[in-house]
Amino acid sequence: MRMALLADVHANLEAFRACLEHAREQRVDRYAFLGDLVGYGADPAPVVEWVMHSVAQGSVAVLGNHDQAVALGPSASMTAEASQAVKWTRSQLAASQLAFLGALPMTVEQGSCLYVHANAWDPAGWEYLTSGQDVGRSLAATRCRQTFCGHVHRPALYHLSPAGTVSHFDPVAGTGIPLGSRRRWLVIAGSVGQPRDGLPAASYATFDDQGDVLTFFRVPYDTAEAARKVRAAGLPEALGRRLEAGV
Amino acid sequence: MEQSRLQAGMSIDGFRLEERLHQGSMASLWRVVPADGGPPLVMKVPSLHQEDDPAAIVGFEVEQMILPTLSGIHVPRLVASGDFSKQPYLVMELVPGESLRPRFDRAPLPAEEVASIGARVAAALHDLHGQHVIHLDVKPSNIMFRSTGEVVLIDYGLARHDHLPDLLAEQFRIPMGTAPYMSPEQIRRTRSDPRSDLFALGVMLYHLLTDARPFGNPGSVRGLRRRLYRDPVPPRARNPDCPPWLQEVILRCLEVDPAQRYQTAAQVVFDLQHSDQVALTERSRRLRRDGIVKVMRRWMKTLATEGELANSVVGRLAKAPIVLVAIDVAQGSAGLDRGLRVAARRVFESEPGARLACVTVLRTSRLAVAAPPTVDAEGRNLRVTRLVELKHWARPLDIAPGRVTYHVLESADPARAIIEFATSNKVDQIVIGARGSSPLRRYLGSVSSQVVAEADCTVTVVKAPS
Ligand SMILES: Nc1ncnc2c1ncn2[C@@H]1O[C@H](COP(=O)(O)OP(=O)(O)O)[C@@H](O)[C@H]1O
Ligand SMILES: [Mg+2]
Repeated sequence: MRMALLADVHANLEAFRACLEHAREQRVDRYAFLGDLVGYGADPAPVVEWVMHSVAQGSVAVLGNHDQAVALGPSASMTAEASQAVKWTRSQLAASQLAFLGALPMTVEQGSCLYVHANAWDPAGWEYLTSGQDVGRSLAATRCRQTFCGHVHRPALYHLSPAGTVSHFDPVAGTGIPLGSRRRWLVIAGSVGQPRDGLPAASYATFDDQGDVLTFFRVPYDTAEAARKVRAAGLPEALGRRLEAGV
Repeated sequence: MEQSRLQAGMSIDGFRLEERLHQGSMASLWRVVPADGGPPLVMKVPSLHQEDDPAAIVGFEVEQMILPTLSGIHVPRLVASGDFSKQPYLVMELVPGESLRPRFDRAPLPAEEVASIGARVAAALHDLHGQHVIHLDVKPSNIMFRSTGEVVLIDYGLARHDHLPDLLAEQFRIPMGTAPYMSPEQIRRTRSDPRSDLFALGVMLYHLLTDARPFGNPGSVRGLRRRLYRDPVPPRARNPDCPPWLQEVILRCLEVDPAQRYQTAAQVVFDLQHSDQVALTERSRRLRRDGIVKVMRRWMKTLATEGELANSVVGRLAKAPIVLVAIDVAQGSAGLDRGLRVAARRVFESEPGARLACVTVLRTSRLAVAAPPTVDAEGRNLRVTRLVELKHWARPLDIAPGRVTYHVLESADPARAIIEFATSNKVDQIVIGARGSSPLRRYLGSVSSQVVAEADCTVTVVKAPS
């Protein structure tokens, strides 16, 4: 079975469509949505609608901090930009869609795989994984061999050896990586809708349980159109601009 | 402990163990036969003494990760792979015959044999590097031969794939490799430079030619570091039969600074196959080691500099392409010759490490039963004439001697000759002229279109303005 790992779509329909199409060509059987379906982007309703449908057919989806904020209303700790986007997003979603977001689980465990938006030690605390030490902490908090997450907006692969060392790997798009059974692995799929590593192309990954092969992909999409929609929706100008630079 | 349980007659996942071929510290190798028949294969099983040697197991993990990504005649074909959760193993094609190891007992070998072995190992390395992999443990026991003569590189336990996580890099803080063959940058724990494999190749060729190791077999990191500043005894001082060109090639492989070595294995193949065209420098003339002052100065420098960060493997190859320009010096037109020069310059100058091979084909008659003519109507030697014309053509390009070579091929089929030269010399790009619609072309057929159709590399076709 081949799973598409899609994180941080952030209501960017252009990027989302491009990744779904690419994943179809990769003959993906199922999807895992790793949180933050909404926030920042101009198309929350179609994105949530698609995912609701997909989850009804067996896809995995976990809660992200933006999904939570949209479902519950903005929290005090948010930046002004984020909180403005949250209010606008709430206004765009139907009650059933808000309810769907609010009911998303923090984590999903299937076989040897853990799906979570931010980290495994405190999924609701939304702390970022920024170092090997953080990753070690997350891997210590689960018995699953593979953790799939998002939140950081940059694709990355970490592995923990039996000797206890955590190593980081900067993935190369398109090369299949077998996740060997002697180690434990943490995969950050990058962001579909708002990549921040200087490359505007959408980022996602696939995981094939035949041989446990992980492959990262970068998918170019119409960033200008996505940015135009952000502006047209009256969302902060910077949210559109960053899409074109991938920062 | 694990493999002490392995015995002939046992079966693992449908492979019956027949005979133990090798017992190393890292792994044991068995000849196996599939239960459902078929030719014998080799099974490699790691030594699982977790405590005493984690490197053995990680090395096996590395090999298990890299071998499935490789293909072609220079690597053993992978048949099956067993996971660590049960019994880890790799089953691969059995390469018949012995490794290069026993050949060292016969050293010193004649220069021609050393060059032939070297060219074949380098060809295999170039193929490997093109697949994003650096071997990092090139040594006699890891080199096997097909019955057709091609080298098969085995043992990927220390290898590095450019696009896959390096499971070895972070875990071990000591240099990894085999002491006599380890490159200076490996000693400094850089595992990302394909030119490290060329250093190890240089060590092997040195040993085969002189029956001595250029840097001995040190047992400590301090001993290993000596090669960062102490130059080896020149091969000619040890073996007077060593021709200067071979010393040039070997010492160039053994340069401490990778930037001073050959930049690609293909360049080594090229020089070993065209010994008459090796650009001889001071290296080829050395008969003794450097004096103490020079060595001390280098030693001081090693304290100051630590290795540069290398580029990607394939990126490195792209920086040092071999460009073949085919010039019909006999039938060409001035316009086309000029056009070829412009195109060759453009391709050549865009990469600092590029080499240009200027080729012309001396056309022999298909019908000639006797030897082809070697002199023209005025009695001049045709080969020499063509060579002079080739050099004349290239002169305006003003290329340093080490970066350009000249070749007069003889063939009834020029396109085939050009393609075969390109293949056997690992050429990256061919620049060739098209004659347009001349009567000659109608008569002889188009060489350029055949080259475009059949060559294995990029071909640029140049047309003269009409
Ligand atoms: N595919 C093969 N076919 C034939 N002999 C092999 C093959 N692989 C290994 N050998 C033999 O086994 C020896 C050790 O294999 P190698 O993979 O280098 O193990 P190690 O990691 O212990 O050095 C080689 O030197 C060679 O003689
Ligand atoms: Mg070996």
